[in-house]
Amino acid sequence: MTEVPRFWREIPQRYNLIGNKCRKCDWINFPPRSICKKCNDHDFERFDLKGEGKIITYTIIRAAPLGFEDLVPYAIAIIRLDDGPRITAQIVDCDSSEVDIGKRVKVCFRKIAEDGKAGAISYGYKFKLV
Amino acid sequence: MDVGIVGYGSYIPVYRIKVEAIAKVWGQDAETMRKGLKVDEKSVPAPDEDTATIAVEASRNAMLRARINPKRIGAVYVGSESHPYAVKPTATILAEALEATPNLTAADFEFACKAGTASMQAIFGLVKAEMIEYGVAVGSDTSQGAPGGALEYTAAAGGASFIIGKANLIAKLNGTRSFTTDTPDFWRRERQAYPRHGGRFTGEPAYFKHILTASKNMMNGLGLEPKDINYFVPHQPNGKFPRQAAKKLGFTEDQLLQGLLSPQIGNTYSGASPLGLTAVLDIAKPDEKILLTSYGSGAGSDSFVFTVTDKILEVQGLAPKTSDYINKKKYVDYGTYAKYRGKINLADE
Ligand SMILES: [Zn+2]
Repeated sequence: MTEVPRFWREIPQRYNLIGNKCRKCDWINFPPRSICKKCNDHDFERFDLKGEGKIITYTIIRAAPLGFEDLVPYAIAIIRLDDGPRITAQIVDCDSSEVDIGKRVKVCFRKIAEDGKAGAISYGYKFKLV
Repeated sequence: MDVGIVGYGSYIPVYRIKVEAIAKVWGQDAETMRKGLKVDEKSVPAPDEDTATIAVEASRNAMLRARINPKRIGAVYVGSESHPYAVKPTATILAEALEATPNLTAADFEFACKAGTASMQAIFGLVKAEMIEYGVAVGSDTSQGAPGGALEYTAAAGGASFIIGKANLIAKLNGTRSFTTDTPDFWRRERQAYPRHGGRFTGEPAYFKHILTASKNMMNGLGLEPKDINYFVPHQPNGKFPRQAAKKLGFTEDQLLQGLLSPQIGNTYSGASPLGLTAVLDIAKPDEKILLTSYGSGAGSDSFVFTVTDKILEVQGLAPKTSDYINKKKYVDYGTYAKYRGKINLADE
């Protein structure tokens, strides 16, 4: 079940990978935070992540949660973005056997979840191999 | 004041299904279907792709070429016959993804396969009237044909996006003309999964009459003949109709083939002739002329003539080319295709 209001508030980060950068220590937070993860300061500027990076680790999902059954088997990876932050996302447009640690990936715009046939559709980032 | 295209972009899903794979399931002869339609394979969207995601990918490519601040976009129009929601616009999703919100107008267009060019025409008008500085016009579809029906061999997915403005044009609009009648050649009623067509209506009185008349009126209006045009890009429901239309108008295969994508990707509906235009812009040279004529069942054609400017050479390499998307492909079998396209009824539905 998608929480529509929460998803709506997160549109900038989900659609465009917009994080924030701590003005004191330069740490880039994604998702954006109100208190810096590194130094606890709260003076930030907007930071647009470029959406490219490489796979640090991954897992293949074969028994999917409700709403994701059509996608199995699929890979969920932890990605180290070139800009610094780590991000967890699905790797699309490939066989799960092609996914591997160290491979380069690039962001794409996809359906993230669908609340059944009558509910809201949520969109956001996934990644594909480059 | 000149108006025209400032940036263009395309997107085609990576998955393909061959005509053979479809014919095998329904006991039809693949060779007959392939020769009859002049289509070898068609694109298939992934289960997490739809008209909105395709519109976003194509428009991000268009923005890479336009190199403008998204806040200067005054209108976003998306043409499709497969908008994800019956009520809730695709255009707002796209506007947000481009960060063009909130000071702009947005709307969805529908007119079978010509919804994309209808949105282009409206944006050209708004720019020409100086009501907006830049506008985004998109044709995007993930179309469905009933299992076992003729349309299943061609109904495909893809989209193209155009950033339209009046400065730094890569292709100047010389003119646009439309031809529209009430013709019941093809339709889909509310809440129906698949469209129907009016049998013998689909060829002569529908596609050909509208494409040929709009194209002729457009050329006559500008005093142009086929020899003055470098590329003719008609709507492409299959690989056969565009060839016949080109021949009837007096165009050679050379003028047609660069923008004829349906043999490799099928009919991308609202994306079809706009995608053909992107494939032409990918290789076009300054001063070349392009005739684009869409067709939408119901029925109507929008025709446009563009003259390519010398700025084209600066932008061609700034985003993936349409041929990159056509060449990057993964084949799926019919079972996978049926699952991806929601053609299998699951137990709880
Ligand atoms: Zn900090």
